[in-house]
Order: sequence, then structure tokens, then C-alpha cells
Amino acid sequence: MKVDEHQLCWYFYPTCFFPSELYISQCELYNDDMNEDLKEMLESNKESLKLEAMKRVVGLIAKGKNASELFPAVVKNVANKNIELKKLVYVYLVRYAEEQQDLALLSISTFQRALKDPNQFIRASALRVLSSIRVPIIVPIMMLAIKESAADMSPYVRKTSAHAIQKLYSLDPDQKEQLIEVIEKLLKDKSTLVAGSVVMAFEEVCPDRIDLIHKNYRKLCNLLVDVEEWGQVVIISMLTRYARTQFISPWKEGAMFDENNEKAFYDSESEEKKDQMEAKTYIMDPDHRLLLRNTKPLLQSRNTAVVMSVAQLYWHLAPKHEVTIVTKSLVRLLRSHREVQYIVLQNIATMSIQRKGMFEPFMKSFYVRSTDSTHIKTLKLEILTNLANEANISTILREFQTYVKSQDKAFAAATIQAIGRCATNISEVTDTCLNGLVLLLSNRDETVVAESVVVIKKLLQTQPTQHSEIIKHMAKLFDNITVPMARASILWLMGEYCERVPKIAPDVLRKMAKTFTAEEDIVKLQIVNLAAKLYLTNSKQTKLLTQYILNLGKYDQNYDIRDRTRFIRQLIVPSEKSGALNKYARRILLAPKPAPVLESAFKDRDRYQLGTLSHSLNTKASGYQELSDWPAVAPDQSVRNVEVIEPVKEWAPLVGKAKQRKSDEKFYSDEEEEKEEEGSDSSGSEDSSSSSSSSGEALCLFVCLKVYVFCLVTFILFRVTTPSFGPVKTYELLHHMTGKGLSAKYHFPRQPCLYQPSMVAVQVVLTNSSDHSLEEIHIGDRNPASLNLHCFNTIERLEPEASVTVSMGIDFSDSTQAANFQLCTKDDQFSVSIQPAVGELFMPITMTEQDFSKEQGKLLGMNETSETIAMATANTSSQAISKQVLSVANVGVVSSTQNDIHRFAGRTVSSGALVLVSLEMKESSSALLTINTEKSVMASMLLRDLKQALAQA
Amino acid sequence: MIHSLFLINHSGDIFLEKHWKSVIGRSVCDYFFEAKEKAVQPENVPPVLQTPHHYLISVYRDKLFFLSVVQTEVPPLFVIEFLHRVADTVQDYFGECSEGVIKDNVVTVYELLEEMLDNGFPLATESNVLKEMIRPPTILRSVVNTLTGGSNVGDTLPTGQLSSIPWRRAGVKYTNNEAYFDVIEEIDAILDKSGTTVFAEIQGVIEACVRLTGMPDLTLSFMNPRLLDDMSFHPCVRFKRWESERILSFIPPDGNFTLMTYHVSSQNVVALPVYVKQNISFLETGSCGRLDITIGPKQTMGKTVEGLTVTVHMPKTVLSANLTATQGNYTYNLATKVLVWDIGKLNPQKLPNLRGSLSLQAGAPRPEENPALDITLKIQQLAISGLKVSRLDMYGEKYKPFKGVKYLTKAGKFQVRT
Repeated sequence: MKVDEHQLCWYFYPTCFFPSELYISQCELYNDDMNEDLKEMLESNKESLKLEAMKRVVGLIAKGKNASELFPAVVKNVANKNIELKKLVYVYLVRYAEEQQDLALLSISTFQRALKDPNQFIRASALRVLSSIRVPIIVPIMMLAIKESAADMSPYVRKTSAHAIQKLYSLDPDQKEQLIEVIEKLLKDKSTLVAGSVVMAFEEVCPDRIDLIHKNYRKLCNLLVDVEEWGQVVIISMLTRYARTQFISPWKEGAMFDENNEKAFYDSESEEKKDQMEAKTYIMDPDHRLLLRNTKPLLQSRNTAVVMSVAQLYWHLAPKHEVTIVTKSLVRLLRSHREVQYIVLQNIATMSIQRKGMFEPFMKSFYVRSTDSTHIKTLKLEILTNLANEANISTILREFQTYVKSQDKAFAAATIQAIGRCATNISEVTDTCLNGLVLLLSNRDETVVAESVVVIKKLLQTQPTQHSEIIKHMAKLFDNITVPMARASILWLMGEYCERVPKIAPDVLRKMAKTFTAEEDIVKLQIVNLAAKLYLTNSKQTKLLTQYILNLGKYDQNYDIRDRTRFIRQLIVPSEKSGALNKYARRILLAPKPAPVLESAFKDRDRYQLGTLSHSLNTKASGYQELSDWPAVAPDQSVRNVEVIEPVKEWAPLVGKAKQRKSDEKFYSDEEEEKEEEGSDSSGSEDSSSSSSSSGEALCLFVCLKVYVFCLVTFILFRVTTPSFGPVKTYELLHHMTGKGLSAKYHFPRQPCLYQPSMVAVQVVLTNSSDHSLEEIHIGDRNPASLNLHCFNTIERLEPEASVTVSMGIDFSDSTQAANFQLCTKDDQFSVSIQPAVGELFMPITMTEQDFSKEQGKLLGMNETSETIAMATANTSSQAISKQVLSVANVGVVSSTQNDIHRFAGRTVSSGALVLVSLEMKESSSALLTINTEKSVMASMLLRDLKQALAQA
Repeated sequence: MIHSLFLINHSGDIFLEKHWKSVIGRSVCDYFFEAKEKAVQPENVPPVLQTPHHYLISVYRDKLFFLSVVQTEVPPLFVIEFLHRVADTVQDYFGECSEGVIKDNVVTVYELLEEMLDNGFPLATESNVLKEMIRPPTILRSVVNTLTGGSNVGDTLPTGQLSSIPWRRAGVKYTNNEAYFDVIEEIDAILDKSGTTVFAEIQGVIEACVRLTGMPDLTLSFMNPRLLDDMSFHPCVRFKRWESERILSFIPPDGNFTLMTYHVSSQNVVALPVYVKQNISFLETGSCGRLDITIGPKQTMGKTVEGLTVTVHMPKTVLSANLTATQGNYTYNLATKVLVWDIGKLNPQKLPNLRGSLSLQAGAPRPEENPALDITLKIQQLAISGLKVSRLDMYGEKYKPFKGVKYLTKAGKFQVRT
């Protein structure tokens, strides 16, 4: 080891050993030596030395230096236990495997082994590296690994497999068909973790297979809010394309006319109004509406890319009057980084051409600051010009006046162009603009003057009659103007309108004849032009001058000018050779010319989807997916229908997510859906009763006592009741296909749990649908391990076709987090999970109206959640209300003296917190729903469930 | 999506490169250097460039270019946002984002980049998740690591990525539980020559520093939420709850984060804390000019205006400035032609004034436009819009946290045209 240390020093101070003049030649030597050195360090058996070496190797890679020689030494460490070392080796491997294919194969078996590791992170990272190794020979291994990982029970591994799909596809496009199968499977995944990545894979591999999206469309819409931000961008842009193929245009004439109705429909978010709209010409597909509704909250995202993608979705999909909701958010993005501003301004520029009204109220946000960078300034100017109309033009012109004086001359020139555009677009201000521009002609800066001349020229063309004064003025200034473009423009004007300035034009030509040889080429061309035009209109005065100029042009160095001179001479000077054209010379040269149209550079950018790279560059980027036109007739809507109860995915035999979602609207991903394994035990509330699973008689006794006291107290205060009425919903726990014949269903009997009062009772019906008897059915490992669960006694034997009902108790700790456990038979284990609806986490209590009001008084402020909800007409009777409320939540009815107020009371099972629900009927089938409880999260979930139930007939 | 990343310093050296797919040669950056040459100022380099086979999307931050190479269609904002996130992460880990820091921690940065993207698609960008996988360096740890040969890669695996609360790491423990919120408002304004407001608006941001044990569930409510017009939230904020109740309800990430940014509705008239009287003139002859600036308090709500500075970007022809300031110091940078007058605290009794003469390059024409003044200022303990936090509550945990809210008003892009 001593030697190594020594060499290490040597590496750090190599130059000490060499005289500096030899340095260059030594450098290569030193490189080799250094590699030798690193090799030795890598092959040593001291971890820290290896790590140090790997760090230096990665440093080399980061600097872009070649470190491929070390491959054999590095690859040996691929199975090292040290995580950091291993990670660095992975980095190296991915970088150089392509160059050292044979050696890279040595590492493959390590990854194959790691793919079977019980730890999901190790599986995922193995797949990540394996799929990043671009060695064609392992394509079949990758394919197998992807297929297996796509059915993994960890959503994280499935996400990684979605990424791997893209890598494999770019390595070997022939695998496309097989990969599409995997994508199809993964698209069905319900995890928010997977959604973004699989859609990305879909976009890369098979963006045209729109048919794969149908069945997953609604799910994607509903998951969207909870997908991570990068996934949201990808999903939104894919759904934009999808929607353009599947729905009919909301922009038809009829759409405007049912605007109000549309709004109401949107606000109430209920499906009832559909009937009223039936009569109208255009009805938006509910799925179309779903997409618009679910993307709207994302406008508030902190991620600018998400906001932009929602904005473009609304722009391309929403009815015209709804697009305006994106304005504010887009303007907000202008506060962000310079680069973000740049892209957003580009998009606003395109939008503002078609829809002035959208951004007009925010006009001042586009005012230019002297500290903005040039391209931001130009874009802001573009937008201001687009927004100009009769009403705001005076404000804009005043603002422009400031800009013209800017020290940034390129920007000043752009402003003059913009003034020109305003002048042509708004006829009221043409004169004002023109006068302003003429004033600028005496500006000291050449670029400003030149630009003004050019713009004036264009403006005069639109209305030449009144403006001979301006032309005269320009002729006066001519001597002082040196910018060729401006000189050329003035000369062209003189020639074009020479009849209006009959005295000046020949004089200008005289001057030009003097300086002809010193002029720039574009000026020379215009001199020839002017000469020709004057020859035709005023040959008496200018004949000789023209001859002279044509002679000069004949011997010019530039062939364009010689060419033009020859052509003009033939055209205007009659000779025996010149043919019929001569007669028409006047009509050719002095033909009335259409005025140029000054228009925005962003005029036809809308052919590209907003927010895309293609839009930003204004050329089609490779891989750009064209946005199709709306179909004339809506394709079949039913393709998106999915059965309400999804069968357990047969491709993921171990994922027992047989829970039924009552509502698709989510609240934070509906509380930890993904915690199938190794989920952090976050919400474990430290109730005294929940620790009773621990051993020790004394403790047991103590707990029992506590429970007893607790029960007693509740009994005395409010009697806990068993509901007289409770609809029973059955959920699937294990499908017989996945359970190899064993199927299980569960329901909440809504009875106090016999085992512990903090548990929720669950009844499970186990059925044997196989042809042999099943033995030793029992509950195995649970997850999280601290899950407090009362198991049923082991069922020794279940005959074919027989079924048995068992009861369990689960302490959900007042959260809707799923309880995951394994259902085992003698030979197999099946992971299953029970996720309770929030309403099942209560137990009903009876109390008097007075008590209710008293308790409610204590739970105000933060503990109160209320909302005005819409009631279905069928639900207005008190009986119906009770039925609906009780179907959602296990609460008790509090008898009421007031007819229009309905009260329900309950306690949370685990912590015993009071939950008070009151429903105050208002006129026109709406009601104020108030929930008072300390558990605000549960309250809002309950509110949501109740709201939905009461809105349904 | 993102193929490669190059980090380029101010003078155009590539000092770090990372490829997520096959390797792309450095020569691709030549197109960028060409554009950089052309743009003169680094801020003027177009963020999106097209080359024959690739597209280059770059951001310029802290004197560094983050240049990414993409090959196919991708929303440019997606890449830009990500690149800024990279810069943020470096800043978050090492306290600053500079060439020196990145070079010193090149392995950590490389590991971070490896975790942040998989095949060019963002994988883990949340600071809390990253910090669980790759621990930020601390002095203590680097000492311990050198002694024991330990590593800065976390040996526990990140759970945050799996939960539906990816922004918060699990198992957070503190002895002192505290939650601080800074309400920072910036006034953006353009005043014209005569001092009338051309444009003024208030943008706010709530920065939070939350160090709480376990999984706290916080709610923050305002006295006057109606002031808020448009906002964006950290993903932790429950949007539904805000929509229905105007209450911010969230499980916070651990550490520092931006809870929300907002825009104050434009109906409210913006109170400007200072007024500026200025007179800058350049004489027609004699190549000199005069400058006279006075700043006074306007609507300060009884608070003191601090950190007042005035920055003037002088025309190129101004050679030197001979001025006297009644308060504070002024500097004139001859190379950049920037005059900075650092005033400090504003004394309402004795208004600060800067006056004197400017000398211009002989023979040069008189500058046409007077330079604009950029003003910065700070007012402690005041949110200029009047926004007030009414209460902060914590649920889900039993202990009593220490809570605090601070207000600060700053000048954002505050420009006076002259």
C-alpha cells in the first residue's frame, strides 16, 4: 500500500519531475503512466483506493478525455459491494461499452442476477444499466429483461422498463412489434409513476398507434394531475394529438352560440346538463371535456413547460371562448428566466396574430425594458405590433417613440419597421406615423434613417397621391444619407413617382451620374432604373444623362449591373434591332405596382403545434408529429369505454390491486397508492390502542383496560350504534385467475370489530374455484410490517367449489392507505391489498341534536370543511339523502327537528375523532354540505365522496 | 429527449460533458460558439439553435452556459426548464453554481446528472429525492470520508421516489422543529421622464424553510387572499383545497423550497415606495453633460427604505463622470459604462442627491437618448401589496413547531426612463 500512496503523490505533481521544456513530450508519457497508475489502484484490494481511482476515471470522462484503456480493470469491479463504487463503474460501463463490446459482455451476468434481486431499487438500476449498454448482441437479453420488468410488482421497476423500451428501440428498431406489445401492457398500468414514462416510450416507438390509447384515455386524463411534472408534459402533448383525431371541432359556428350553456356545464361539472344541450348543433364529447377540465389546474404548475403544454392544449382543443383562461398563466411565465421568456414570447406572438383580444389587457407586460436582451426586445415589439388596434394605437405609438431612441440601434430599426406595420394596418394613424417617420429622417444615426426611408417607401406605395412633399423632403436629405439600402429606396421612389416631382428628379439623376462609380451595387441598379424611367417620361431633359449612365453601367465590374444596363438599353432606346418590346417599355417600367404587405414574421407559424421545437425554429424538426385536422364526423366514442371493474391484470400475476376506485378524482394520488412495497410508514398515528400487538401480559392487560375505558366513555357519551341500514358493496381481493383457483372477495360489514375497537371489520369470502382442494389458507407477510391486522384462523382445507366466510380486523390508522398483505395457501403466496373508501373508516354514533350543535361549535375554523353542492333531484327527500350518505359513509343519523337540515354523526374508528356531517338544503337542488372534524384530510375526502353520491340519482 | 449536456464557461471552454445516449463529439458546440461570437453579449445568444443534424438548446446562468443537444422534436421549454433545474440543484448542493465549484465536485455533479436523467428523460429532479441518493457535501462528512474512505452516495435507497409525496424524504427528524415563511414581493415598474407610472405591478413569492419531524400536514391561510390574482404552486400544494377555500394545504418538502409565486391583481393601484427626480442632459457643444438625481420617499407605509441603489447604463461615448453624492458612494466603470450609486438607507429628512458633470468623448455626436435608471431597494417587514398571512397550522404530528413569517418588499425590474 505504501507504494500506492507514493504513486498517488507522483500523480499529483508530475511536473516536478520534468524540466518544463520537455513538458509537451512528457505529457503523453505521463498520460500512459497515469493510466497504469489508475489500473493498479483499481486492481488493488483496498476499497478506498479503488474508489479514488474510479472517481478520477469519472473525472476524466466528464472532461471528455479518453479512458477506454482502463476497461478491463474497471469492469472487474462491477460486482463490488460498495454502492458508490458500483455506481461509478456503471457510469463508466455505459460510456465505453459500445467501444469494448466483448469485454462489456463480462458484466452482463451480474446484471441478470441483479434483475432477480428482492430489492426493487437494485432490480431497477440493473435494468437501467443493462439497457443502456449499447451492444447489439445482448438485444435478446434486454428484450427478456424488459418483458419481465414490465410485469414487476414494483411500479418503479415498471417505470424503468418503460425507459428501457426506448433504449432498446434505438439500438434495434426491428424489435418494434414486440416492444409495442410491452407498451400496450404498460399503458394499462394504473400507477402515476409509470404513466409519463410509458407515454414517452409510446411517442418514440409507435406514435401513430393511436388505437392503443383509446382504452387508457380516461385513466390518463384522471391520473394526469398526480403524474410527475415531466411526464405531464409528454402526456399532454400526446393527448393533444389524440384529441384532434377523435373529437369533432368545437370551433364550428354552433359552438359560439351555445357559449353560455357551455359555461354552465363547465362550472357545475355535472353531466346532467347534457340533455339540455342535445338540441344544439354542437355537443362536446364528455371525454373531450374531461381532458380540458383535468388539465386546467396544471396551469398553476411551477414548471413552465407544463404550463406551456396546457396552454397549447387549450389553444388547439378548447372552444374559442375558453382559450382565454391560459392568458394569465402565460403572462406569468414572462417573469421567469430569459430563455423561458424567449420561448413563451414566440408562442404569444403566434397566438396574438389570431387572437388579439387574448393578450390586449396585458399589453403593458410586453413593454420593453432597456435591460432586456435583443431577441426578447424584438419579440415584445412583434407582440405589441400585433396587439395594436384603433383604441390602443396612441399608447403604443408613444411607447414606440421611446424605443426609437434606444441605444440598441438594431432594436430602434426594428421599432421603425413596427411603426410601419401599425401605419398600414390602422389607416387612422397612417399620416401620424408617416410624419413621425419623416422626422426621423433627420436622425443622426444612419441605421435609423435608412430604416425610416425603407419604411416610408413602403408606406408611400400604399397611397402615393398625397405625398409629393415627403418625396421632396427625402430628395433634400439624400446627400446626407449614406446607407445604400436607404439611398436605393429613395432613388426608386424618385423614379416611381417622377411625374410628381418633375423638377427634382432629373437633378437627382444628374448628381447620381457624377457619383455613379462610387456607389454600391444596389444603388447603381436603382440609378439605372431611375434613368430609364426618366428617359421615358422626360426624355428631353435626361436623354444625355441616361446615355451617359448606361455607358457607365456597360463597363461596370458587376455583371448584374452590366446585365441590367443592356436590358434597359434594349428596352428603352429605340433601334432597328429592338423588337416589339420597345413599344411597351413604358407599360413595363411604369406599371402600377401593388403595395407591399407589411406583415408579421409569425404569420404562418401556426402551421406548427405551439410549444414545439419546430414552432420555435419555424422549420420542421425531425420527429415532428403533425397535428391532424379535426375529423368531420366523430369517430366511435365507445372505444374509450372501459368496464367499471377492471379485471386484475393477467400479465401482472402478483399485483393484487383488486380495489375498486369509487371516484377517479384524485387528491394527492389518492393517498399513497403506490406503496406496494417498502412504502414508508409515514402516517402511523401513535394511538395507544394501536400498539397492542406487542407481547407482554401486563401491557396487554393495560391495553385491554384502556380499550374498555374508551368503550365505556363512548358508550356513556354517545352510544355507538350498529347501522340499521347499510348497503353492502363487495370488492374483489383476489381473482381466481391470479389466485390459481383461489378467489377472494371482501366487504365491510360495518360492525364494530370484535378484536380491537381501533380496527375496521372486514369480511372476506374465500372461494375455491379450482378442481383440487386448497390447504392451509392463511395470511402471510404484511406491508408495512407494522400494519396492525387481525388474521383469521388458518383454514385447513377448502374443497373445490366450496366457499367460506372469514372476518378480519384491520387498523387503517384513519388513512385510506391500502393494507397490503399476502394471502397464502400451502403452495402459493398472493399479494393482495385492501384499500378502504374513507367512509368505511368511521363508526356511527347516536347523539341528540343539541349535542351535535354543541360539538359542532367546538370544531370550527380549520376543522370545518364545507362546500355548496348540487343535488340530483331524486335525492331531495330525507330518506333518499340518508340512503346516499349512508351508502358512502358508516355514520349514524341524528334525528332533526328542522326539515331542511340533515345531520349525521360518527367517529373515526382508529383515533375516535368526531366526524359531524350536516347537509343544509337550499333552493334549486343545491345544498350546503359541512363536515366538522379534526381530521381535515379525511373531511375533504369524505366531502368529495358525498358530493359525488348526492349528485347521482 | 436530451441527448448530451455540455457545460461551457464564459470564455468558451467546455469543462464538463455528459452523454445519456451514444456519445456526440464536442465539435457540435462549434455552431454554438459561432452564434456566441455573433451575439457579442452572452445574453443575446439565441436559446434554440439549429445545426444540420442536431438542435442545441442552451441557457446562460451564473456566467455558465448549459448547452444541451437534442436530436428530435421536443418542447424547448421542457429542456430549458430542466437545464435550469440542473443549475438549481448544483446551487442547492454546493451553495453556488460556478465553474470552480463544479470542477471541484465533478464526481458528485456527474452522479447527480446520472440520476436526474435516464435515456434523456428526467428521472429524479426533486431535491429531497436526490439528497437521499447522493448526499450533499458537508465539511464534517468530507473529513470523515477522507479518514474512513466512506462515500457520499447514500446507502439507504430513496423511498421518496415511490410514494405519492416524492418531494418529501421519509424519516425526517429534528430536535428543533421550525417552519419559516418569507413573503417576498417585487415591484416591477416603468416610470417615464415626468415620473408618471407607465406600468407597475407586484409579483410575490413565498419562500419556505421547513424543518419539521415526521410527516407534518400544514395549512397556511391569508387575511386577504382576494389580492392574489394568478399563482403557481409547488407540487405539494393541494390545488383543490386552494380553489375551494383559498387555503394553502400541503405536506412540505424538507428544507428550503418555493411554496408559491403569485401576481397581485391589477385592479389594485401599486404603491411605489420612492419617487425619482432626475435631470440628465448632454450639451450640444463642448462634449459634456450634466446629471442630477434626487430620490425621495413616496408610499413607504412608515417603514425605512434600505439597500437603495441606482444603476445607469451610460451611452458609450461617456468617458468619465465627475459627481458628488450627498449620501453614499458612486462608482463609474469605464469599461462597461455603468454608473452605480449605492445610497443605502433613505433618509426622509435629507434626501440623497447625486449631481455633477459627465465628460464625453471629444468630437462624438451627442447621445440621443438619455440612459434609463434602474433602481433597487428593500423594505423589511412589509409586503407592499398588503398581503398578510393569517395563520399557520400543523396537523398529523404531535409536537409544537416554532413558526415564523417574514415580509420583504424589493424592487424588481424598476426602471425610470429619462
